[in-house]
Amino acid sequence: MNITVHFEKEQTTKDILLTGTSVNDLLEQLKINPETVLVVRNKEVITEDEILSENDNLQILSVISGG
Amino acid sequence: MRCLKCQNSAVITLQHGALCRNHFLSYFEEKVFKTIQKYQMISRDDRICIATSGGKDSLTVLYLTRKYLEKNNIPKETLLALAIDEGIDNYRQTTLEDLKKFCQEHDVPLQIVSNKEEFGHTLDEAYPIVNKDSNKKPCNICGVWRRYLLNKHARKHGATKVVTGHNLDDEAQAVIMNIFKANTKLSANLGPVSGVKEHDLFVQRVKPLYFCSEKETRLYTVLMEFQVDFTECPYASEGFRAHVRDMLNDFEHKYKGTKQGIINSFLAILPLLKEQAQEYGEIKRCVKCEEPANNEICNACKIKEALQHG
Repeated sequence: MNITVHFEKEQTTKDILLTGTSVNDLLEQLKINPETVLVVRNKEVITEDEILSENDNLQILSVISGG
Repeated sequence: MRCLKCQNSAVITLQHGALCRNHFLSYFEEKVFKTIQKYQMISRDDRICIATSGGKDSLTVLYLTRKYLEKNNIPKETLLALAIDEGIDNYRQTTLEDLKKFCQEHDVPLQIVSNKEEFGHTLDEAYPIVNKDSNKKPCNICGVWRRYLLNKHARKHGATKVVTGHNLDDEAQAVIMNIFKANTKLSANLGPVSGVKEHDLFVQRVKPLYFCSEKETRLYTVLMEFQVDFTECPYASEGFRAHVRDMLNDFEHKYKGTKQGIINSFLAILPLLKEQAQEYGEIKRCVKCEEPANNEICNACKIKEALQHG
């Protein structure tokens, strides 16, 4: 399925062809450790087991900040 | 995933189950308030200074300390937010702007102290000069100067406590870093209430977010809609801490509860470390600046000297 992801840390937006179905699958595909991010859909934070839908618009927020 | 308490959509999965927005907010705030009480971090007579940067941890601890004082009818007129402007281009200015706005909204006076004014150099200027001879990393210089200025200015304000935004991740990283570098002596200064010996020149530092993970803290700021722009210190990736942080996050992902396990083990041995540290000798006064020091000259003045000779 096709989804759009905005990456807070890099300040970029990418269209992604997701091979799996859940947030966990997405993070695994992007090689992102779930411990280091929050995933937001329609202004709501969602957990890693959440099932995604075609054309979902997500934001990946970085948990790590500072120095 | 559904909240274990009310079956609404969950925002986070914790070790003991998933929580929705409202139940997470209550859980997080209760955890912070319980930490403050358990370790007697704040009492009615304290004058409190909050070490702030404008990042997620310091805004959260500022907001919750103020809320704790209100909840317990403790006067909050003496509360002061203290920020250090290290002089790091394209980094600190952003978070300081967020901080100014936040302090105004929450009616907390803010004092900003800069490295440039105090030491004559920004961190950006000092780092290449000091590094040339000593191989010191920017985080080494930054840490020494930051602790020095926080203590000095909190004391000037008459503060009896400095509240910091250190979280569970920060502490677990520090514990592991000290083990890797055999710095047992430094570990004795860690813990929810820092310091080994009481001393007139030292203002005690307390950490209300001690048991809150970095992920929980960021989630709290997102749900509370605090304005926190993502910023990462440009020097962060150069530090030993960044490697330890990544390693611990990998472990936490594979083995849930790793960071909490490190903290629990550490707290079990901390009394022994503190006892042993009593033998490390008296705190002196730096002959240059008269601030507290372990040796004749304090670390902040040693860096200053290196700059003069460089």
